[in-house]
Amino acid sequence: MPRIELHAVDYLILSVYFLFVLGIGFALKRYMKTGADFFLSARSIPAWIAGLAFISANLGAQEVIGMSASGAKYGIMTSHFYWVGAIPAMAFVGIFMMPFYYGSKARSVPEYLKMRYDEKTRGFNAISFAVMTVFSSGISMYALAKLFEILLGWNFHLSVLISAVIVLAYISLGGLTSAIYNEVLQFFLIVLGFLPLVLLGLRDVGGWHELTRKLSEVAVGNGFAPGTMTQSWAHTGSAASNPMGVEWFGVVFGLGFVLSFGYWCTDFLVVQRAMAANSMSAARRTPLIAAIPKMLFPFLLILPGLIAISMHYQTKGAFLPMEHGQPNYNMAMPVMLGHYYPAGMLGLGLTALMASFMSGMAGNVTAFNTVWTYDIYQSYIRPGQSDKHYLAVGHITTVVGILLSIACAYAATQFNNILDFLQLVFAFVNAPLFATFMLGMFWRRSTGHGAFWGLLSGTAAAAIHHGLTLPVGAVTGIHGGWLGPIVHQYPSDMAQNFWTAIFAWTVCFTATIVISLATTRKKTDEELKGLVYALTPKIKDSDVPWHKQPAMLGLIVIAGAVILNVIFW
Amino acid sequence: MKLDIRMPMGLMFVVLGLILIVYGVMTSSDSEMYKHSLNTNINLLWGLVLFFIGAFMVVLARRAMRAPEAK
Repeated sequence: MPRIELHAVDYLILSVYFLFVLGIGFALKRYMKTGADFFLSARSIPAWIAGLAFISANLGAQEVIGMSASGAKYGIMTSHFYWVGAIPAMAFVGIFMMPFYYGSKARSVPEYLKMRYDEKTRGFNAISFAVMTVFSSGISMYALAKLFEILLGWNFHLSVLISAVIVLAYISLGGLTSAIYNEVLQFFLIVLGFLPLVLLGLRDVGGWHELTRKLSEVAVGNGFAPGTMTQSWAHTGSAASNPMGVEWFGVVFGLGFVLSFGYWCTDFLVVQRAMAANSMSAARRTPLIAAIPKMLFPFLLILPGLIAISMHYQTKGAFLPMEHGQPNYNMAMPVMLGHYYPAGMLGLGLTALMASFMSGMAGNVTAFNTVWTYDIYQSYIRPGQSDKHYLAVGHITTVVGILLSIACAYAATQFNNILDFLQLVFAFVNAPLFATFMLGMFWRRSTGHGAFWGLLSGTAAAAIHHGLTLPVGAVTGIHGGWLGPIVHQYPSDMAQNFWTAIFAWTVCFTATIVISLATTRKKTDEELKGLVYALTPKIKDSDVPWHKQPAMLGLIVIAGAVILNVIFW
Repeated sequence: MKLDIRMPMGLMFVVLGLILIVYGVMTSSDSEMYKHSLNTNINLLWGLVLFFIGAFMVVLARRAMRAPEAK
C-alpha cells in the first residue's frame, strides 16, 4: 500500500500532544503523596471526568481499528456492539452495581470478590486479570508500532520505545489521576480528530442515502440481500442471511447479555474509573455519562468503515490494500485518514490514532498496578507494610508492567495468532465472571466455594465448547476443534464466540447455585451488608435534580439506544 | 479539584487550532493539496473549530477558578 508522507507540521502537532500529555503528568506529581492518591486518585474525580475516562480507557487500538474494520466487513450490524452490547450493560452497572462497588470501599474488583466470597475467588480473578491486562497493553503497543511501520515507515522498535516511555512517564508522575486526565484529553482528541473524516467521507459519497445505495451493491456482490450492510436487525432471522453469520438470539443473549455485561460490569479496567469518582452519586453516574457519547461512537468509528468499503467497490478494489485476495479491513481507518486528510489534518488524525493506542495501554497499566500491589503483593507476598512501602511498590510495578507489556508486544510479532488467542481468553474468563457477580450481588445464599468452583467450571465449559466446535472454513487449532470431534460448525467466528460465552455463563450460573446450596454459608447477613442487594439500604435519589438521578439517566440512555436500533433496523 | 483538566486541555486545543490555522493560511493557494479534502481548506476550517473549542474550555476553567468553593 502507498506510504503516507508526513510533513513538518504533522510532527509539530504530534509533539504538541506529547508535550501536553507529559505536562499533565508533571503538574499532578506534587499531589501524589499516598497510596490512595496514586492507585485510587484519592476518590476525588468529578463524574463527567470519570465518565469520559470510563469509555476512553476502553477506546484503545482494538476499538478504533477493529470497529472500523468490522464496519467495512459486516456493515452496520457492527453497531450491535454498542446499541445492544455496551449501552444496556453500562446502564446496569451504574444503576445496580455501583452501589456495591463504591459503597463497599473495595479498592479493586478482586477485592470486592474477597469481601463478598473468599480469598481463593479473589486470587483467581486477580491473577487472571493481571495476566490479561499485561497482554492487552502489549498488544496495543504492538498494533501501534505495526501500523506506524506499515503506514509511515517508522521503525518498529522506536515506536514501541516511544509509546512505552511516554506512558511510563505520565503514569509514574501522576498515577491513576494522570491516566484518567489523559484519557479525557485523548477522548476529545479522538472525537475531534476523526469527526472531519466522517463529514468529508459522507460528503464525498453523496450522503447517507447514496451510501446506502452503493452499499446495497456491495452486499449483493457478496451474495446477500441488498440491505444487509445498512440494516442492523432486518436480516438476523437466520445466521446464513447476514455477513456476520449470527442470528438474533446469539446477538441478544451472547453479545448483549453475557459478553457485554461480563465486560462492562466486571472488568476492573473500566470499573476502576468509576471507583475513583468523588462520591457515590458521581460513581453511579460515571457509566451513564459515558453511555451518551458511547451511543454515538458508531457514527465516528463504524461509518468510516462503511465509506471505505463503498469506495473500495467503486474504485474496483483500488482503495483498501489486498491480502490473500481479500481487502485488508484493518486498514480501513488509516487508509481513510490518508485519503481525505492533507498535511496538517493528517498530523491531527494520526495524533488521535496514537492517543487511542496510548489510552488503551495506560488504562491497562494502571489497572494492573492496583491489582498487583493490593490484591497480589499486599495479600500474598508482603502484607502489613506501611502505605509508603506500597506506594513504592506501585512505582516499581508501573515499570515492571510496562516492561512486561513490551515483552508481550514482541511476543505478538512472533505469533500471528496471539490476538485471536487473547480474544479467546477474554471470552473464557469474563463471560462466566458475570454469573459470579450477579449471584454474589443478588443472592445472599451464594458461597465462596460455589463462586470459585462455578467460575472454574464456567471457564472449563468455555474451553470444551470451543474445543468441540469450529467456524466454517477455519482450520482446527486456535479457532476451535482442538478436542478432536467437531460437534457443531458455526457460520462465523463471531457466532462461535457468542455461543462460547453463552455456554460459559450458563454453566457457571448453574454450578454456582448447585455448589452454593451444597455448601454452608460462611458470611453472616451482617458481613454481607453493603455487598448484597437485599441487605443494603436503598439509596434515595428523589431529593436530587432529575439530571443527577441514575435511574433517570439510565432511562434516557436506554431510550436513546432503542431509538437508534429502530432507525437502523 | 486540584488541577482543572479543562485548562491544559483547552490550551492544547488552542495551540493545535492555531497551528492548523496558520498552516491553512500558508497553504491556501495550494489547490493540489486540498483535492484530498474535496477542495475544502480543512486545515483552516478545522483549526478554527479546535481554537474555539479550546478557548471555551479555558474560559470554563477560569470561571471555575475565580469562583472557588462557591456551590
